[in-house]
Amino acid sequence: MRIEIKNGRVIDPANEVDSSHSLFISDGKVVACGNVPSGFNADETIDAKGQIVCPGLVDLRAHLREPGEEHKGTIASETRAAARGGITTLSCPPNTYPIIDTPAVAELIQRHAEAAGFARVVPLGALTQKLEGRAITEMHALKKAGCVGVSNAMKPLGSTLIQRRAMEYAATHDLTVFIHAEDVALSDNGCVHEGAVGSRLGLPGIPIAAETVAVAATLALVEESGARVHFSMISSKRALQKIARAKFEGQPVTCDVSAHHLHLTEIDLLGFNSQCHVRPPLRTQRDMEGLRKGIADGVVAAICSDHQPHEADAKLAPFGATEAGISALETLLPLALRIVDDGVLSMTQMISSLTHQPAAILGVEAGTLSIGQRADICIFDPERYWMLDGYSMLSRGHNTPFLNWEMKGEVTRTLLGGKTVYECE
Amino acid sequence: MKKKNRLQLDDNGKLKHFLTIEGLNRQMLIDILDTAESFSSITEQHIKKVPLLRGKTIVNLFFEASTRTRTTFELAAKRLSADVLNINIQASATAKGETLLDMLRNFEAMHCDMFVVRHADSGAAHFIAQHAAPHISVINAGDGQHAHPTQAMLDMFTIRRKKGEFHRLNVAIVGDIRHSRVARSQIHALSMLGVEDIRIIAPKTLVPTEPDAFGVHVYHDLREGLRDVDVVIMLRLQKERMSGGSLPSEHEYFQLYGLTEEKLALAKSDVTVMHPGPINRGVEIDSEVADGPRSVILQQVSHGIAVRMAVMSMAMRSHLTNTSGGAR
Repeated sequence: MRIEIKNGRVIDPANEVDSSHSLFISDGKVVACGNVPSGFNADETIDAKGQIVCPGLVDLRAHLREPGEEHKGTIASETRAAARGGITTLSCPPNTYPIIDTPAVAELIQRHAEAAGFARVVPLGALTQKLEGRAITEMHALKKAGCVGVSNAMKPLGSTLIQRRAMEYAATHDLTVFIHAEDVALSDNGCVHEGAVGSRLGLPGIPIAAETVAVAATLALVEESGARVHFSMISSKRALQKIARAKFEGQPVTCDVSAHHLHLTEIDLLGFNSQCHVRPPLRTQRDMEGLRKGIADGVVAAICSDHQPHEADAKLAPFGATEAGISALETLLPLALRIVDDGVLSMTQMISSLTHQPAAILGVEAGTLSIGQRADICIFDPERYWMLDGYSMLSRGHNTPFLNWEMKGEVTRTLLGGKTVYECE
Repeated sequence: MKKKNRLQLDDNGKLKHFLTIEGLNRQMLIDILDTAESFSSITEQHIKKVPLLRGKTIVNLFFEASTRTRTTFELAAKRLSADVLNINIQASATAKGETLLDMLRNFEAMHCDMFVVRHADSGAAHFIAQHAAPHISVINAGDGQHAHPTQAMLDMFTIRRKKGEFHRLNVAIVGDIRHSRVARSQIHALSMLGVEDIRIIAPKTLVPTEPDAFGVHVYHDLREGLRDVDVVIMLRLQKERMSGGSLPSEHEYFQLYGLTEEKLALAKSDVTVMHPGPINRGVEIDSEVADGPRSVILQQVSHGIAVRMAVMSMAMRSHLTNTSGGAR
C-alpha cells in the first residue's frame, strides 16, 4: 500500500521540517518527504490542502480502564477516541485491576490494543507491588513485557526509603520513574486547590506545598540515585520553578502538564462543578500562566491529556464525593492549539510538546516523520471550528468541563502505521 | 457566581432554594428578616399556627446529627401547618448502597414539596437543588464547611433586634473559622447587610485560607480583636481539632481564646455575646459569660424558628406563584 499525502503543511519538529510538500508512505513507513521517490505510484492520495500534517500525537498519560473498569472505558473504546484526537501512541498508568505489576497484565493490555488497532499503547509498570508502596516490583520482567517506565500511579509510597530504593532499582534497569508529586499527608482529605475559591466553597484544600514538598524530596533522591525521573501533571508554578532549577543543574528530570491545567483555574469550581474535580487540583490564574510559560521556556516537555473516562454516576454526587478526572483524549489537540492562538507557543513548539518530546520521555520510536519511521500521522485542520458534544464523543466517558465549548482545530485523519484509523466525516 | 444566583432564584428573582447567602442581595436578606419579624409574634400566640403551607410536605433530610437545627426546622414547618417527615439518613438508605440521587427520586415520587438538607459534604445542598424536580424547593440546613444560611439569618435577626442597624457595628467572630460553615455564612450576611468591620479571631491553624477574599480583618490575639466590638460571636470548637494537630489542648485554647468576663470588658459596654450552640462551657466560653446578661444564646434559638418559617414560606411562595400562574 502506497500513500501520498499532498498539499499539506508538513510540520515535523524533530527534523526541523515546516513546509508544504508531499509525504510518501509505503508499507506502513515514511519513505520520502518532498520529492517523489523513483518508481512510486500511489495507491491512495490524500489531499491535505489547508491542513497540517504532523507526526501522530504521543500522550504520556491516559487511563484506558481496562482491565477492571470496563464500565468506564475499554482499550478499544478509548484508543478509538485517541485516534479521533490524532493520538497514535499513548502511555497508560499501572492503576488497572489487576494492577500492571506483572508481565501478564502488561502483555494483555498491549495485545488488546493491537487487536483494536486504533493506537499503540505502551504501559507503565507499577513501581511497587500492588501499588501499595511497600515492596518494589520485578522491573526487569516488566520492562521485558513492554513497560516503558514505572510509576506508582496516584498512590503514595510508604516512605522516602522505599522511594529511594525503587528509584535505584529502576535506574539499574534504565527505566524512567514517573512521579505524581503529592505529599498525601499534606493533601489530607483535600479535593480542591487550597485557595480563595476552595475556602469560600468550604471544600477541603490541597496546598501547593503538597506538590512542592514531594518534588523537592524526589529531586533530592534523584541527586542520590541518578535515577531518571519524569514528573506527571505538575500543577503549580512553584513546583515548576524547582524542576527548572534541577534541569538547569543538569539533573535527569522532565515534566509534563495536562491540557486542562492550561485552561482552567480554581474559579471554574464555582457552583461546585464536579466536572472540574481533578487531581492535582486546578490552581490559580498565576499557576496556569506559569505552566503555560513553562512549556514556552522548555521546562515542561509535554502536554498530556490525563484522560480519565468515567460513567455518568461518578460525577453525580456532592463535589467531594465525586471521582476526579476528565475524559480528555478528544480535546488534547484543540486545547493545545488554543495556546498557540493565545500567542504563548508557536505551532512548532506546540507540536513538539505533543510528539517527539513525549516520545523521548517514553523512549519509544514515535513522534517524528523521519524516513523509515512507522507512518503514524495526524492530519488536522487548524482553522476548523467544531462543538464538543456528548453525542459525538467516542470515549465511553463524557465527563468533561469543556462540553459545549467551541473548539478550533479538528483532526481530519489519523494514520497508524500507514493505515487510516480515523477519518472525519 | 452567576450560576449560583440562577440556582437559588426563580425567573422572577424570587427565592426558590435557600442554599447560601452568596449570590443573594441586601434587600432579600432584609425581606427575610422582616418576614421573620412578622412570624415571631405567632410563636408567642396561644395557637401557634398559620395555614400558609397547609397540604405541603416537607422532608427533613439529615445526613448529619443535629438536635437544635432539626427541631427548629420541624417546629417552623409545623407552625406553618405543613406535614413534616424526619429522615435520619445514617440509619437508612446510603448505608444500603442507595445513591443520594436515587433517594431523592423516591421522595419526589412521594410528592414531597421541600427538602431541608443537612449533609457532611460541602455543596450537597447545591447538588440536590440542581437535580431535584422543578417543583421542589431545597433549604440548606448546613453543608460540610460551606454554608449554614438559616443559622446566619437567625444571627442577623438577633443582631438587628439588639442593635437596630448594621452598618456602624464592629462584629467579631472567634474560634474555628476555617472549618465553620456558620462563620462563612455569617461573614457573607454581615457584609451584605453593611457591617464594615468584620473581625475573625483565631490562631493561624483555624483561620481560613486567603481570608482577604472574605473581606475580614484577622486577629490572632483575642484581647486585641475584642476592642470596641459591638457583637462577639463565639464558635463551637470541635474536639477533633486537637487530634488533627490544629490545637494543642482545650486548656491552652481556653486560656487564649476562651471568652471570659475579664476579656469581654475590652469590648463595648453594651456588647452582645452570641453562640450558634451547642456550647462547650470552659472551652470556648466561660459559663459566667454564657449565662450572663449580655448573652443572647437562648434567644438565638427561639429566633431560629421565626427565621426558618420565613425562609420556608418565601421559598414555597416562589413555587406557588410559578406553578399557578401568579394566583394566591
